[in-house]
Amino acid sequence: MESHDVIIIGGGPTGLSAARRLSDLGIRDVVVLEREAVAGGIPRHCGHLGFGWQSHRRLWSGPRFAAELRKAATGLDVRTAATVLELVKDGHLRTQTPAGLAEMKARHILIATGTRETPRSARLVGGSRPQGVMNTGALQQHVYLHHNKPFERPVIIGSELVSFSALLTCRHLGIRPVAMLEENPRISAQRPGDLIARFVLGVPVRTSTKLVAIEGRKNVEAVEVEHRGKRERIACDGVIFTGLFRPETALFPAGLPSEKFSISGNAVGPLKTSGECWLQGVAAAEGIARKLT
Amino acid sequence: MEQRFDIAVIGGGVVGLAVLRRFAMAGLKCVLLERGSDILSGASKGNSALLHTGFDAPPKSLELRCMKAGYAEYLRIRQKLYLPLIESTAIVVAWDDAELAALPAIVEKAHKNGIADVRAISQTELRLKEPELAKLALGGVLVPGEHIIDAWSAPLAYAHQALAHGATILRNAEVTDGEFAGDEWTLASGQGKITAHVVINAAGNFGDLVEAMARPSPFAIKPRKGQFVVFDKPAHKLLRAIILPVPTARTKGVVLFRTAFGNLAIGPTAEDQDEREIAACDQDTLRRLRLRASVMVPALAKVDVSATYAGLRPASDRKDYIIEALKDRNWITVGGIRSTGLTAALGIADYASQLYAKNFGKLPKKPAEQVWTPVPNLSEGRIRPYMMGGEILCHCEHVTRGEIEAALAGPLPAGDMGGLKRRTRAMMGRCQGFYCSAHIADISKGHFDGKP
Repeated sequence: MESHDVIIIGGGPTGLSAARRLSDLGIRDVVVLEREAVAGGIPRHCGHLGFGWQSHRRLWSGPRFAAELRKAATGLDVRTAATVLELVKDGHLRTQTPAGLAEMKARHILIATGTRETPRSARLVGGSRPQGVMNTGALQQHVYLHHNKPFERPVIIGSELVSFSALLTCRHLGIRPVAMLEENPRISAQRPGDLIARFVLGVPVRTSTKLVAIEGRKNVEAVEVEHRGKRERIACDGVIFTGLFRPETALFPAGLPSEKFSISGNAVGPLKTSGECWLQGVAAAEGIARKLT
Repeated sequence: MEQRFDIAVIGGGVVGLAVLRRFAMAGLKCVLLERGSDILSGASKGNSALLHTGFDAPPKSLELRCMKAGYAEYLRIRQKLYLPLIESTAIVVAWDDAELAALPAIVEKAHKNGIADVRAISQTELRLKEPELAKLALGGVLVPGEHIIDAWSAPLAYAHQALAHGATILRNAEVTDGEFAGDEWTLASGQGKITAHVVINAAGNFGDLVEAMARPSPFAIKPRKGQFVVFDKPAHKLLRAIILPVPTARTKGVVLFRTAFGNLAIGPTAEDQDEREIAACDQDTLRRLRLRASVMVPALAKVDVSATYAGLRPASDRKDYIIEALKDRNWITVGGIRSTGLTAALGIADYASQLYAKNFGKLPKKPAEQVWTPVPNLSEGRIRPYMMGGEILCHCEHVTRGEIEAALAGPLPAGDMGGLKRRTRAMMGRCQGFYCSAHIADISKGHFDGKP
């Protein structure tokens, strides 16, 4: 069975930074397993500016930041299209690659599987199931990676920082959101998010407004919302569910199998920026290095 | 397209496809007309995917007869078509004294229906069998023959086998008019004029409207909505048996069941509505279902919901299925096939073929060599394609690029995104497409342009 000093699950900001740091500290037998075809994680598809400040004192776009992460990992063993299926027991992994199934083991395994937004289903939103309902993550991939325009006039659900990222993503292809809906009386993101939406991008932010149902046969036709006890219908052709980030913990629903495993970055929750994840990856690497040497 | 067929089946749900398969394999020239952009886009889109014994069906009903025949044929052919069967058994659970008192009648009815292995079990045995079930459960009725299947692979296999025996399947082919001239029907459809010697109405939730082409419909469809909540994979190990409630006259009630794909689900509700096409979920009901599941199995309170859906059963104002031949109209009605259609489909097809033989002439002999068209496996517990390698695109459900490309090709490629999901399970897991939907939209670009 293939065996290493450290295996890192996830090739995003946390995983790549941990791999780099481990190597710099003299632990060279490190493998990063990334299930996507390209390493770099979520920043790969955040096409707007706002990346790199905490880690590199630069202001980059997400894809540029991801490219810098990959550059920093040059010479390291980063394997893409490599999926971890199961944490078996002490330091063992069951994996899948284009070659088939395999088992691997390591003296330590760092889980850096990141985070994702809560989809419509887990929010138990009512209505029909037309095309054009997605999270910010999927929208960004449509727009920045595949240059697809999935809708023209969507509503944005939520007002976290990522919700404004969704707004910027829309604007990139000339998609004009009809409204941004926030259940709470105030928007979740700090200023200047609301000002950006209201004055720069011309999208009304409606607080105390809760999404009740999605309507539409083939494509989204409208959403039904509730504002102070009153129901209202807003015509639109898409729904973007933003935020409510949840750590990607599907590999360990009942907790970590043993002390041979640790977690870092957004897989720990709650949401950190990619720059903070980079720094956490560095810290995690230093902890692992102390443990192994 | 103007073509002449022996048989035109209206409706590409599980029943229509099973009927098409039966007649195509008997050597007739058959066409199926489906109004949606893919098969299985009506009632067959959302159900609980259970293979029922018929233990609680109305005794001596046509429904029971078709269920038993369908159940038996599914077990006979499933290996040749590579259809899954998760042998799980069901337990009708009594949650209070009144329900406990109703159990003996359930056993008696099951025995009357010929399901001899059904028996009552005590609270102790129930707890041994299902330790995660809430302590409130007082006892139950064990139904060993109730199983879990995959609601989409089976009808897809029927479709492929029908195609392999020369059948034609036309999608985007809503039948808008029909004219009967002595010995032949001419149907106006979204794919042009179709002529056929005999028409079989398997139009599901539109059954009574289609029936009106042949006669004033003797039944009225009353679409009955069922909402479901699906829990993420960690829930799968919490139960073995299908947990049924003590049924009422109107519905089999809300069921807690594992799925073939490694999840656990609760549903369906039973809500009558006039709308024939859209089955909308509502948040309060979804919340109630979720809560109810965690009352039945407390550990579920900690498991995430990965999907929600709703389906529409083509219930009618009649108590039984309506399957009959109109000899002087060259017409066979297959209507009011309510929630048991997945189980009964093969039995219904056989019954329809008997009606045909009685009224419209002998079926040609069975082809000397039958073609079997196994479907790709989607269910857990058997070899899935990713295990042999390949690039995984949908990470939650482990769907490979090869599976997606295969579902977009072949004799019956996915006609829309829903059809692609049903053929592969891509985007149906916990992230609902966060990671892969844009990629898959890219791969499928140009494939969903409304062709037949």
